[in-house]
Amino acid sequence: MKFRDEYRDPEAASRLAAAIARTVTRDWTLMEICGGQTHAILRYGIDELLPARVSLIHGPGCPVCVTPVEYIDKAIAIALTPGAVLCSFGDMLRVPGSREDLFAAKAKGGDVRIVYSPLDALAIARTEPARQVVFFAVGFETTAPANAMAAFRAKQEGLKNFSMLVSHVLVPPAMEALLAAPGNRVQGFLAAGHVCTIMGTREYEPIAVHHRVPIVVTGFEPLDILEGVYLCVKQLEEGRAEVENQYSRSVRAEGNVAAQRIMREVFEITPRRWRGIGDIAASGFGLSEAYRDFDAERRFGAVAHDGMENNECIAGLVLRGEKKPPECPAFGTRCTPEHPLGVTMVSSEGACAAYHRYRGARG
Amino acid sequence: MTEFSLSCPAPFGEGETVKLAHGGGGRAMARLLETLIRPGFGDAALALQHDGAVFDIDGPVAFTTDSYVVKPLFFPGGDIGTLAINGTVNDLLMCGARPLYLSVGFILEEGLPLATLARVVASMRDAALAAGVKLATGDTKVVDRGKADGLFVNTAGIGHVIAPEPIAPDQVRAGDTVILSGDIGRHGVAVMAAREGFGFESAIASDCAPLTGPVLEMLEAGIAPHCLRDLTRGGLASATVEIAEAAGVAVALDEAAIPVSEAVASACEVLGFDPLHVANEGRFVAFVAPEDAEKTLQILRSHPVSANAALIGEVRAAPAGQVSCRGRLGVARVVDMLSGEQLPRIC
Amino acid sequence: MQTARVDFGGVIKEINLAYTPEARIGDYVLVHVGFAISVLDADEAGRIFKHLEELGVLEQEA
Repeated sequence: MKFRDEYRDPEAASRLAAAIARTVTRDWTLMEICGGQTHAILRYGIDELLPARVSLIHGPGCPVCVTPVEYIDKAIAIALTPGAVLCSFGDMLRVPGSREDLFAAKAKGGDVRIVYSPLDALAIARTEPARQVVFFAVGFETTAPANAMAAFRAKQEGLKNFSMLVSHVLVPPAMEALLAAPGNRVQGFLAAGHVCTIMGTREYEPIAVHHRVPIVVTGFEPLDILEGVYLCVKQLEEGRAEVENQYSRSVRAEGNVAAQRIMREVFEITPRRWRGIGDIAASGFGLSEAYRDFDAERRFGAVAHDGMENNECIAGLVLRGEKKPPECPAFGTRCTPEHPLGVTMVSSEGACAAYHRYRGARG
Repeated sequence: MTEFSLSCPAPFGEGETVKLAHGGGGRAMARLLETLIRPGFGDAALALQHDGAVFDIDGPVAFTTDSYVVKPLFFPGGDIGTLAINGTVNDLLMCGARPLYLSVGFILEEGLPLATLARVVASMRDAALAAGVKLATGDTKVVDRGKADGLFVNTAGIGHVIAPEPIAPDQVRAGDTVILSGDIGRHGVAVMAAREGFGFESAIASDCAPLTGPVLEMLEAGIAPHCLRDLTRGGLASATVEIAEAAGVAVALDEAAIPVSEAVASACEVLGFDPLHVANEGRFVAFVAPEDAEKTLQILRSHPVSANAALIGEVRAAPAGQVSCRGRLGVARVVDMLSGEQLPRIC
Repeated sequence: MQTARVDFGGVIKEINLAYTPEARIGDYVLVHVGFAISVLDADEAGRIFKHLEELGVLEQEA
């Protein structure tokens, strides 16, 4: 397939790896914040192609993983409400809430339906007017335009039986929080190419300048990631700290203006709790005033929960890039994809799941 | 869609459906057998009116059973009927046996259109004739509406073992070559495309087929495979991991050598699946001694069902039970079975 | 609402073009949860391969 297979060429990959090895003169620590990049790195073994001096750590790039446990509990409560239909992306179903997951709620009789697109949830609302259809709207900025369109259309059509449980997260505030944390080791970032396809590259410039870190907007095929690493270490070696666009075949500096317009109308920036990290100011999207009627939290009211996490799970440390999954004592033994203790093992984009899938129980 | 035709004029009215009485053992059931099921099977069935079938078989006998609950019943490249015949035929072949006789057990849901049942029966007749097996005995039951999703089928089969040596995981040795009979992932993708809710079109058809040609020729040529395994649910990954674990050996695969059609690779990308985990219904792996590899490939490639056969890996002594796959960029990764289901009710 | 049939290498899905109004038949698009979010720029797509050539030259010189 064009624009895909050529970015997986082994000869080109080793050429880039050799260029990286030639360029580094000291140790550097880079972070990527994209579940898709995490998986590509492990699937193709890109980390093993890099010279030992370059450490590539995985940040909180999995939106499923960082969805606060309270929201899982709310989704479960909605699913178990008679007359309600909870629609969700597939990988939310096995994410543990305080007591159980959505899959268990479905087994108990809750109406939980997997959808590929938020528009599928809208379609369900239209064909089942007697049910209250709720779409579990999670994701980074990449998914926000699609979720916004669902609310936008619902309002246009005056749908009375559709609402959204919104738990969107934004990348730049998370980057800032990680950089500001004491003991931060990250010296350069690979920014998520799909997030930037929507948002553009400009909002990363203040971060690069203020924290003096290079930020390379990177795609997620092997050659993209290798080129992204190369450009990032080159900047570090040369003492530069700029925003660079490796994924220019998809990302423009201004991003996708049409998407941003709908997002601005439907969403507003809110504080958000990131599971495993904590509260980060202005780091999420909630429904704007004009769309508040479509907020499932309003429609379904408060949900009691205790927000307890499994004691042994170190998902927070993994999400912040402070530990790699094989360093967890439970990895591959008490915590496996069949019996996950936490989100990073459950989600298809989670770092622990990626390590287990491509490196086995021994990591 | 298989073109459906009975060997005699349709014995049931349009819109007629299965009733509970059809499973009751009385006249209604007898009528169903005499007017739909027996004529539907035609030449593929022995003309028996007794509870069971009796045969003489010289030598070791292979025996297997499988139940089929695929949803939807009809999909590009096959249906529950073709799966039920070919799946059991293939399991017998994997034991090194020439498949001879199958039993058929139907569990029908009240309300199933008789036309649907007739279509499945016709598919089974065609598949049995193509595989060279006879349907020797059978059973029909009916359950209440809502209890069977249309139709479930069980087939059991017996065959005459002709393999020169035992075929089992414990025969696998370090140094053995791993040969795959063709490209993987077609069946799983075809069934997914036929399910509502996935919302994609594709030209991919199931690879459901009997493996009789290549396997019998291999055995008759004197090749003694150490192990044979047909790939079904769980795909190539499950088959190789099961064998590696049972045999206590390591299997090293080469991703570039594993044939995957462009269409299947793309579908898997879109759906987020790994072709190694996707179901197949007309593919097998053979673990053969290195000196037999060349001849095995030659024989396989001379049959349409295994024209794309390839040498995809080798067996090593350690680490025991582990399957690894050398990726496109030269880095090896561990291959494991899927934890849960990638897709339910695939066969 | 404009939709299009998008070919993912043999698999065809109907995709929403609301965010890529400039897309034309034959264009390659990046798709996420049922929406096309960008039209791929062929010139920019080739940039990495020019870069690789330069790196290859550097490799020979090194």
